[in-house]
Amino acid sequence: MEKRVTFKGWLLPLCLIAPQVVISAIFFFYPAGQAIWQSLFIPDPFGLSMQYVGLGNFEFLLSDPYYRASFLTTAIFSTLVTLVSMVPALFLAVVADRLIKGAGTYRTLLIWPYAVAPAIAGVLWLFMFNTRVGVVSWYLGNLGYDWNHVLNDTEAMGLVVVASAWGRISYNFLFFFAALQAVPKSVIEAAAIDGARFWRRFWTIVLPLLSPTTFFLLVVNIVYAFFETFGVIHTITSGGPQQATTILVYKVFSDGFVGQDLGSSAAQSVILLVVVGALTVFQFKFIERRVHY
Amino acid sequence: MATVDLKAVKKRFGSTEVIHGVSTSIADGEFIVIVGPSGCGKSTLLRMVAGLESVSEGEVSIGGKRVNELEPMDRDIAMVFQNYALYPHMSVRQNMGYGLKIAKLPKAEIDRKVDDAAKLLQLEPYLDRRPRDLSGGQRQRVAMGRAIVRQPKVFLFDEPLSNLDAKLRVQMRLEIRDLQNRLGITALYVTHDQVEAMTMADRMIVMNAGRAEQIGTPLEVYERPQTLFAAQFIGSPSMNVLDGVAADGSLSIGDSSLPLHSRLSGPVTVGIRPEHVIPDAEGPLAMTVQMGEPLGANTLLHGRMAGRSDAFTVSLAGVHHAVAGETLRFGVDPANLPFFDPKTGQRIEAEA
Ligand SMILES: Nc1ncnc2c1ncn2[C@@H]1O[C@H](COP(=O)(O)OP(=O)(O)OP(=O)(O)O)[C@@H](O)[C@H]1O
Ligand SMILES: [Mg+2]
Repeated sequence: MEKRVTFKGWLLPLCLIAPQVVISAIFFFYPAGQAIWQSLFIPDPFGLSMQYVGLGNFEFLLSDPYYRASFLTTAIFSTLVTLVSMVPALFLAVVADRLIKGAGTYRTLLIWPYAVAPAIAGVLWLFMFNTRVGVVSWYLGNLGYDWNHVLNDTEAMGLVVVASAWGRISYNFLFFFAALQAVPKSVIEAAAIDGARFWRRFWTIVLPLLSPTTFFLLVVNIVYAFFETFGVIHTITSGGPQQATTILVYKVFSDGFVGQDLGSSAAQSVILLVVVGALTVFQFKFIERRVHY
Repeated sequence: MATVDLKAVKKRFGSTEVIHGVSTSIADGEFIVIVGPSGCGKSTLLRMVAGLESVSEGEVSIGGKRVNELEPMDRDIAMVFQNYALYPHMSVRQNMGYGLKIAKLPKAEIDRKVDDAAKLLQLEPYLDRRPRDLSGGQRQRVAMGRAIVRQPKVFLFDEPLSNLDAKLRVQMRLEIRDLQNRLGITALYVTHDQVEAMTMADRMIVMNAGRAEQIGTPLEVYERPQTLFAAQFIGSPSMNVLDGVAADGSLSIGDSSLPLHSRLSGPVTVGIRPEHVIPDAEGPLAMTVQMGEPLGANTLLHGRMAGRSDAFTVSLAGVHHAVAGETLRFGVDPANLPFFDPKTGQRIEAEA
């Protein structure tokens, strides 16, 4: 049976949801509306006049090779961030699940990185890999590897991926760990009696039982990689070298605020809005029908 | 099919010992029930046989071979868990065939064995369902099916019926026993339900606080309990115990005195089963009735021994209309009364 609170009249419910509505209006609906509106115009560089171009900004964008390249970059970046943040998290969770002694400390340590803000994490990684003073690049240099993410595309991508994924490992770890703890011990024992050794049990029993969590994290991490990694990219590479790390969100910023092409930037925001909308719908649909074994 | 031997098996979790040395030999094809109150170590003992817990001391052998160091999968056993532990993401067919698939049997053979087991357990209509779409009783059968397809040497059951309703429990009890008989596979069965133990066991191990109080057939335990604990745990309603002093061929309990057939002397504890009470207006014992419990075929009368605080229960055949405050006089046949040492709770053999 559904549990429902009913109110008489309108005033109280309205007051109760008002703060949420006001906040959404100021920080979401208003800017979103502005973006949609602006995406239909090309302003002059001084912002004094605007010329209506219809869907011209969108047409231009979709035929722009740089914009398309940015799509590809985003796809590669978010796939890598998702993988690098989830696979180690799952591994660590499996280890933590088996540990008995010292599990508490181990878990606490694993959760700390999540508390570090992305921009600060970016600075940390930047210092470690700084081409002149970085600890890691110095060691790599001693080993005969010349690290230079300022010039090398792949190294730049690698660094922003690792810096973005690092803090997320904690977050994913928590979810995986909770899900692992929820797998009944007796099911694992039954599989052990049935003759399955550790890895066999992992692939045929544990992983399938984790699939709702895995799927949820997949969506959440993709959304994260799309939208919340701006700080990391900005501090480490500023989208370079040669736009090699310019993901869609970063391009909105660099075209709009650096390049002053506000019409195109607004159109890009609208496209992103559609992407995040689609992802959210997908996510909610999934969570609602989430597989319950 | 195999024998199972336990030799002074002990279990410690850290520094706390929870099994204090259990020894027994189980014959091939025997159905052994491990029974005892919650927390006495039944599951732990069973899990040591399964290989899910390490053995701290002593030896577990299956088929004459020491298995202490073997992994569960190498012991050739199958286990049915209290919560069934079915694989939730697999169909009934996959659940039952999982072990065979791991053993790399050809697919046709797996299918044949699963079909046979499904037929035996009347699970054929459900082979393609997931466990969540089955009733409790059906899940229970799937768990049984998963255990029997592998044709193990030993079946291990940990309270497999405790999640079923009373009626289904009685039915499954018979089915499990029947199945085990037909397959002839040695079985260890854990329960805290003494009725289940009495009805299913060839022999039972009565456990208390990590010790085997008595090992024997249900009737042996019922008729000749070796400890006060076993006496009270087996039988329903449970045996009345009274402290008394034996001297010169009679036992005095408070103001009453019972004739004795043995040469006991000193303080003893005597056990009187409620169903062995013989109502007799001239009887040596008396109780004050507080409450009656009509069960149809018999009636339980609960009360206290006259002039004492000991609770006492009597079971009388047929229907009795008990009146609270009424005094019931009765006697007992002194020939087979069990006596126990009040300090140790061990049986005192009363030689005539
Ligand atoms: N992993 C463990 N660590 C420490 N103590 C444990 C562990 N497992 C069981 N014990 C203790 O061992 C004792 C016996 O437990 P066990 O589970 O064997 O009892 P049981 O007879 O099966 O009880 P129940 O009828 O409630 O299932 C209990 O006192 C329990 O607290
Ligand atoms: Mg138990």
